[in-house]
Amino acid sequence: MGLATFKGGIHPPDKKIFSANSPIAASKPPKIAVIPLSQHIGAPCNAIVTIGQEVKKGEVVGEPAGFVSSPVHASVSGKVVAIGEFPNAMGRMVNSVVIENDGKEEWTALKDNPDYMSLPPEALKEKVKAAGIVGMGGAAFPTVVKLSPPKEKQIDAVLINGAECEPYLTADYRLMVERPKEVIEGLKILMKILGVQKGYVGIENNKPDAVAKMKEAASGSGIEVLALEVKYPQGAEKMLIKAILGREVPPRALPMDVGVVVQNVGTALAIYEAARFGKPLIERVVTVTGEGIAEPKNLMVRIGTKISDLIEECGGFKDGVGKVISGGPMMGFALSSLEVAVTKGTSGILVIPEEKVFHADEFGPCIRCGRCIDACAMGLMPSMLSVLSERGFYEEAKEYNLFDCFECGSCTYVCPSKRPIVQFVRLAKSMVKP
Amino acid sequence: MEATKKDQQFIVSVSPHVRSDETTSRIMWTVSLALLPALLSGVWFFGLKALFITASCIISSIIFEHLYMKIVDKKSVVSDGSAFLTGLLLGMNMPASLWSFSPFTAHVPVVASFFAIVITKQLFGGLGFNVFNPALIGRAFALISWPKAMTIWTEPTAALLSMDAKTTATPLGILKEEGVTKLLEVFGDKMSLYTHLLIGNRAGSLGEVSAIAILIGGLFLLAKRYITWHIPVSFLGTAALMAWVLGGKGALFTGDPIVHLLSGGMMLGAWFMATDYVTSPSVKNGQIIFGIGCGALTMLIRLKGGFPEGVMFAILIMNCFAPLIDRSFKSKVFGAVKQTKAKEIKQ
Repeated sequence: MGLATFKGGIHPPDKKIFSANSPIAASKPPKIAVIPLSQHIGAPCNAIVTIGQEVKKGEVVGEPAGFVSSPVHASVSGKVVAIGEFPNAMGRMVNSVVIENDGKEEWTALKDNPDYMSLPPEALKEKVKAAGIVGMGGAAFPTVVKLSPPKEKQIDAVLINGAECEPYLTADYRLMVERPKEVIEGLKILMKILGVQKGYVGIENNKPDAVAKMKEAASGSGIEVLALEVKYPQGAEKMLIKAILGREVPPRALPMDVGVVVQNVGTALAIYEAARFGKPLIERVVTVTGEGIAEPKNLMVRIGTKISDLIEECGGFKDGVGKVISGGPMMGFALSSLEVAVTKGTSGILVIPEEKVFHADEFGPCIRCGRCIDACAMGLMPSMLSVLSERGFYEEAKEYNLFDCFECGSCTYVCPSKRPIVQFVRLAKSMVKP
Repeated sequence: MEATKKDQQFIVSVSPHVRSDETTSRIMWTVSLALLPALLSGVWFFGLKALFITASCIISSIIFEHLYMKIVDKKSVVSDGSAFLTGLLLGMNMPASLWSFSPFTAHVPVVASFFAIVITKQLFGGLGFNVFNPALIGRAFALISWPKAMTIWTEPTAALLSMDAKTTATPLGILKEEGVTKLLEVFGDKMSLYTHLLIGNRAGSLGEVSAIAILIGGLFLLAKRYITWHIPVSFLGTAALMAWVLGGKGALFTGDPIVHLLSGGMMLGAWFMATDYVTSPSVKNGQIIFGIGCGALTMLIRLKGGFPEGVMFAILIMNCFAPLIDRSFKSKVFGAVKQTKAKEIKQ
């Protein structure tokens, strides 16, 4: 029997070798931290500091403005020098708090809890909320919302997503190798909050040492650590649940509808730190990698650090850089400027040299080879979606389950005609209502 | 240094940022390569005239494709190999005797190529939009227009320069007209018949005769994952079953499936014509239905119809259904079945 997995998917070269062996190193704290008030899915925060105010590390600078929202904290100590619109990595203008670092690294008062596991679930949940923790795999969905399922949804399993199926990225891998105990503790806290007995960690089998380390850390706890087949998009929530538990999340439903909550490795660590030390989410691991960077590294980076600073810290670009991507090559987005800040959802910075950039300015007709259908993890017909969208038949695309596509890009990766299938899907989605 | 870095321009485009190295033209050229053993066996058995016919189909197909694109003012895409492949398949579906048949019939490949490329493919929207397999329509057109020239079969001579081969009937023709006893008489015994059919030492279209050469190409495509087992296996399986059940004289379950599988265009059709991406369903379940339809129609025509051979018409008829099959099967959306089950349980 093979390793657990799902149907469909693709095998892009994993390219993790660039940064896999570089231990997580602390990045230089930024001189100026630009902290966006919207780093998560949901309502942007309201700034609660004023220009000129002195703030300490870990102090709240933005309060959540609704249930689906998450507070943001100062990642350095210093003076607020500006509050206003700054471009984020997607190029949108986002209200941000700018702090000038005084270099003192003074923490705000944090509440230490050596005995955190004896706290009641509600108190632990409150700590997760106060720490501003969001999904750190990239989507940045407020974690506390996932931990507050409606009463009728009975949760019975918590999954930690250690698949890290995007090529190049190694941030979660390094965390699992270097800090497995803390990740497992994070999972235990999640299980306690949700009142769940079953905990799992799913890791793609191209990281055998991570599997071994996590197994060791989990031994005796009842938590299962599973090696999964190496296949993109193994780390998509629905695919991970299918691989580990054999459950299929119905179309348009959420993991909680099949009794599951999925959290990323980095998120689990942040939850542990929030429960144990009361530490808010002000830093995260960012993999800076790719053929176009001088010294690929895994860095522990303060939120608000400019991407240009990270590039510099990794020895700068090699000659002829073409593309800089925030995230992985499959679902990340290309940056137009490096003068944007790292946020809670920034899992990696990928630098691709010009000669390796794929140019998609020309594509051919669909030859109906069916490769995209085989690759689609959701069982869709991307070929039909792209043809219908190309011709403007957006309503008809809905009959082919347009809105079940989560835009993983597998179809586009395999297409021999190099059709921008995902982009056609995005276009159709924007033209019709679900 | 700092300033230049900040001024640097980056390429911005949408995800995914990496692509596989598979391309349409690589697929077309690889399929053409997979046809090489079958073509070479045709040249071996029927001489260089087999090569001349195939070459004239390929050259005319490429020229028509190029001219059409020029006329409609589109970028010529001859290099994608699709016109080459159509010409190659068309040529392999013609009798080698076409070259030496008198009166002069060298125009047949040219006109058939025109019909395949311009009428069947380009007028329907070009690559990816044709309903019917272009090579098969080209052949069907030639067969209807020049029924005599397209059905003069010659004995394999296994001499490169042979020009005056004896005319003879194809194994399927003998089977249809005179029955299995005569067929065995012609080829000696059963084993000898099977061997002749397997290696291709028999009359027939120049590229269809050697079952083993076609199989080598087909298995190569299978190994390279350019095709899957679904269409060939369901096609050949259905045909074999029907030949066994209905192919006997008088009694059921006495037919000889092996003769039917190895003769006519069965192998070439199942491995290379029915598996054409554009004109077959893209959903796997649909491909099985498609293959079953092709196999059943082929045998129906062979056993009950007026023609000795039915592969071409069977595939063309099933081509019509390919879009419909895709539509009705679609593919199963992840989690969808469980949802309906869950609803049923709730009710």
